[in-house]
Amino acid sequence: MKRFLPILPVSLGILWVASSFFPPKPPGGDVDFVRFGKIPVQVGGRVKPLDTVARNSLLIIHSKQTLRPSDGRQVSAIKWLADTLFNAPMGDAYPAFVIQNGDVLGLFGWQQSDRKYFSFAEVTPFLKQIEEQGAQAEKLQAVERSAYQNAILNLRNAISLYQRLKNSVQPEGTTNFSAELEAFEREIPNGAKAARARETGEKFDQAQLDRVAALMQRYEKSAELAYILPVPPRGQSSDWRSIGQTLLQSVTAGEIDPVVRLYASLGDAYRSGDHAAFNADVDLLTNRLTQTQPVGTQRARYEFFFNYVDPFTHSMTLYVIAFLLACISWLGWSRPLNRAAFYLLLVSLAVHTFGLVSRMYLQERPPVTNLYSSAIFIGWGAVIVALILERIFRDGIGAACAGAVGFVTLVIAHHLAGSGDTLEMLQAVLDTNIWLATHVVAITTGYSAMFLAGMLSIIYVIRGVFTRSLTPQTATSLARMTYGVVCFATLFSFVGTVLGGIWADQSWGRFWGWDPKENGALLIVLWCAIILHARWGEYIGQRGLMGMAIFGNVITSFSWFGVNMLGIGLHSYGFMQKAFPWLVGFMLSQLALMTIAGIPLKYWRSSRTSPDSSLSTRKHEHFEFTPPKLAVETTQNES
Amino acid sequence: MLRKIVDLITSLKLTIVCLAAAMALIFAGTLAQVHFGIHLVQQRYFQSLFVWWPPEGRSFKIPLFPGGYLVGGLLLINLIAAHVRRFQWTWRKLGIHLIHAGLIIMLAGGLFTDLFAVESHMRLANGEAKNYSEDTRQDELAVIDITNPEFDQVTAIPETMLRRTRIIEHPSLPFQIAVRNFFPNSRIQMASESGNDPEPIVNRGIGAQVSVQPLARATAPDEQNIVTAVIEIIPVDLASGGTQVSLGRWLVSDALGAPQTFSWMNRTWQLAMRPARYYKPYSVTLQKFTHERYANTEIPKNFASRVRLIDPERSTDRDALIYMNHPLRYRGDTFYQAGFQKDDSATILQVVHNPTFLAPYLACVIVALGLILQFGYHLFGFARQRRGTATA
Repeated sequence: MKRFLPILPVSLGILWVASSFFPPKPPGGDVDFVRFGKIPVQVGGRVKPLDTVARNSLLIIHSKQTLRPSDGRQVSAIKWLADTLFNAPMGDAYPAFVIQNGDVLGLFGWQQSDRKYFSFAEVTPFLKQIEEQGAQAEKLQAVERSAYQNAILNLRNAISLYQRLKNSVQPEGTTNFSAELEAFEREIPNGAKAARARETGEKFDQAQLDRVAALMQRYEKSAELAYILPVPPRGQSSDWRSIGQTLLQSVTAGEIDPVVRLYASLGDAYRSGDHAAFNADVDLLTNRLTQTQPVGTQRARYEFFFNYVDPFTHSMTLYVIAFLLACISWLGWSRPLNRAAFYLLLVSLAVHTFGLVSRMYLQERPPVTNLYSSAIFIGWGAVIVALILERIFRDGIGAACAGAVGFVTLVIAHHLAGSGDTLEMLQAVLDTNIWLATHVVAITTGYSAMFLAGMLSIIYVIRGVFTRSLTPQTATSLARMTYGVVCFATLFSFVGTVLGGIWADQSWGRFWGWDPKENGALLIVLWCAIILHARWGEYIGQRGLMGMAIFGNVITSFSWFGVNMLGIGLHSYGFMQKAFPWLVGFMLSQLALMTIAGIPLKYWRSSRTSPDSSLSTRKHEHFEFTPPKLAVETTQNES
Repeated sequence: MLRKIVDLITSLKLTIVCLAAAMALIFAGTLAQVHFGIHLVQQRYFQSLFVWWPPEGRSFKIPLFPGGYLVGGLLLINLIAAHVRRFQWTWRKLGIHLIHAGLIIMLAGGLFTDLFAVESHMRLANGEAKNYSEDTRQDELAVIDITNPEFDQVTAIPETMLRRTRIIEHPSLPFQIAVRNFFPNSRIQMASESGNDPEPIVNRGIGAQVSVQPLARATAPDEQNIVTAVIEIIPVDLASGGTQVSLGRWLVSDALGAPQTFSWMNRTWQLAMRPARYYKPYSVTLQKFTHERYANTEIPKNFASRVRLIDPERSTDRDALIYMNHPLRYRGDTFYQAGFQKDDSATILQVVHNPTFLAPYLACVIVALGLILQFGYHLFGFARQRRGTATA
């Protein structure tokens, strides 16, 4: 029985993940949102499927990727987007906008209640106020804004995004876009004739000219507002075009681009509830785009699949289960639970890797390009190293660390995704794959190792102080692991920091400029150097090493997030007010753990079990490594 | 006694203390940037022997904490001394030696860069040519003899000298320049507009009509100091070396656009306070500046400056493209794409002259090699041991 126990959770995990690889087929006769969601468009400089546009926009506006109107049914992002694009009254009625700040509610004369989601229709009377208040708040630096000002600014941005979406495919309020386009196409030659006639001073039809001019004005406005660029590029350019821009161009071309017609027709079909016609138009559009934009379409399809599989949420759950299994294994039933945790972690890592590699394929970039992807990568690196440790020591410690670090970093990543597209295009200075692949990867690997070392130490302290499970043997292997991981962290942090300096030398003309992010990286390197030297000089023993490694967590979190919150310097990626209390809380918790580590050994539960426990006498013979006797003249213990 | 000192400077304890002090200094220096800006913090925390309190402007000051030069210097001495004293050649220690040799190169290189590197800006409008770059933080008072239509003779007095010295003399000038008042940062307004009184002691030039309001030194990275001074021109009698009657007192400032002119002894001079200039033996002309954005966004995709480089001495006349992460290196200077004017009509190039720019590259390779050797050695030793215990 025990031999087969590990198979159960592992196979359940695999089944669960596998089930998400197959999107459901819509019931016949219903709107095919799957195919609609795969249509490629360009937003933010990147070609992506409409599904991604829907999810990211809803995330910005609603802070979630699905909506739940008061009737309780769940509305997917893509359905919400279709309503917003084609059926404004429906879109306006969704309670999509988050308003929680009491002062913002008060501005509208509303009292604070349990309700925090409001529809566009509800906020419409206050648009002018929101615009004015937002403009006032925008004048301040991000750090100086009050909670109210941040809230009003967020609301204003959400509303502006929503309004741009509404005008992306058809000008707002259009009832029959296809008919309008047909009329436009008919009028173009007459309008052009009239314009020519006016120029040469001949008699011309003023009404004719006015009709065309009015339509052109309408499309100009639509081109200005458009958020989505749905029409593929023509000729040499790689930039996609908005519907409005394409229509303006069609005046010279003499005909309307077929893609625009298809969008018009599918929008009309959607509005009138003709699902079959809508699905047929989606198919026509897909076929056309596949022919003209084979690469973009394929990538968009893959991205849709990636969105659907949602690998990081899956591996997050698996990590937490594995962590629990590993922890329980220390209390009893060690072998089977341990193995179950290990294999479950492998499944989770595979899903995690799938997500990471998919992102690299979609972005055509090295793994880390922004804060979000750094969290994904730090977790991934730490899990791999922890699994290697688990393979060597087979005592559940590596597995527990892998589960905990994997879970926490993915949770962090999940919360960092709130700002929209996590695959965003890179600013000019970052547009270099060499440095992203070397400097950024090395630095984040260093972070991974630091957090892993910290996690190992936390296990040491918790198990030692609160349980009896920290035997001298376990303690020694934990110390060894921590030391090894700190060495690893030193290597990567140092190389990463110096490579960063070299990149800075290449792009800004100085190797070192005391920028906050640079300083943060240097703090990690210095702290590693202090730990290693203190250990080699035997100023610290096992517990000292553990305490210092826990403090490494504080320093690494400062370097990773803290410096960005200062709102200054070349690396500040926006002020993250929301994350600040979490960061402070994390740092305080680490300091508390260090204090616990400092409790005299006689109060440690683990040292009370065996009075001759060598925990307290470990100081001089704790390692089988031979520490290099750099500066301390003691006897050489060659092994 | 000597032995004790040697013990101290070669001790591992000193290493650790220095590293810890460096951490505290860097942490404080990072947080302080929020209020004081990066340049001031660099000077106060990192490019100094001590961090002083209060920062400036008081009659007394006490050292609060060792500064960057002191900590870095001690670390360098400690590093070198410890290795000289304990150097033992064994293969096992090769990694350690490489790591520390690389660190010595890096620290020493950093110190050299700090002392000898010069950073300046070259701002070029489309089609404009320049044979000099300008300092972004240091001004100079240019005294220009424009009598000869063929050439100008420029005597430049650095800002630091204006700040410290009361009377300035130079062989190329037949007069003394006496600094009567100096403002590291200020606001200049026409007295009629501001409602304040004009600077009372000024009696020549436009300065007699403006008011000066002293300001604290600029801290934000995009803020510039407006340096202003009141100077008096006092001719020197060539025969006796004694001074004569003063020609008057001028106000010179960054805020005054045009230079002010005066004549004396049949020669004509111009006075101008301006960013310190570094003249080059070659010229750079901006052909075209391009600034691309991603479609339908404000995210910058690329900045590039196409320039023409003309150097008669080296028989060079060629076009070059400077863009992000791709600087132009020429005759010891490196040109980087640093910025641009808002309407894209001008480019701003960062010009860096750093003789030791290769030190970190070299150091990085050496230290990385050392770290790999050292930790690799541990890892293999550890693996061997485990295999030993497993088979035993």
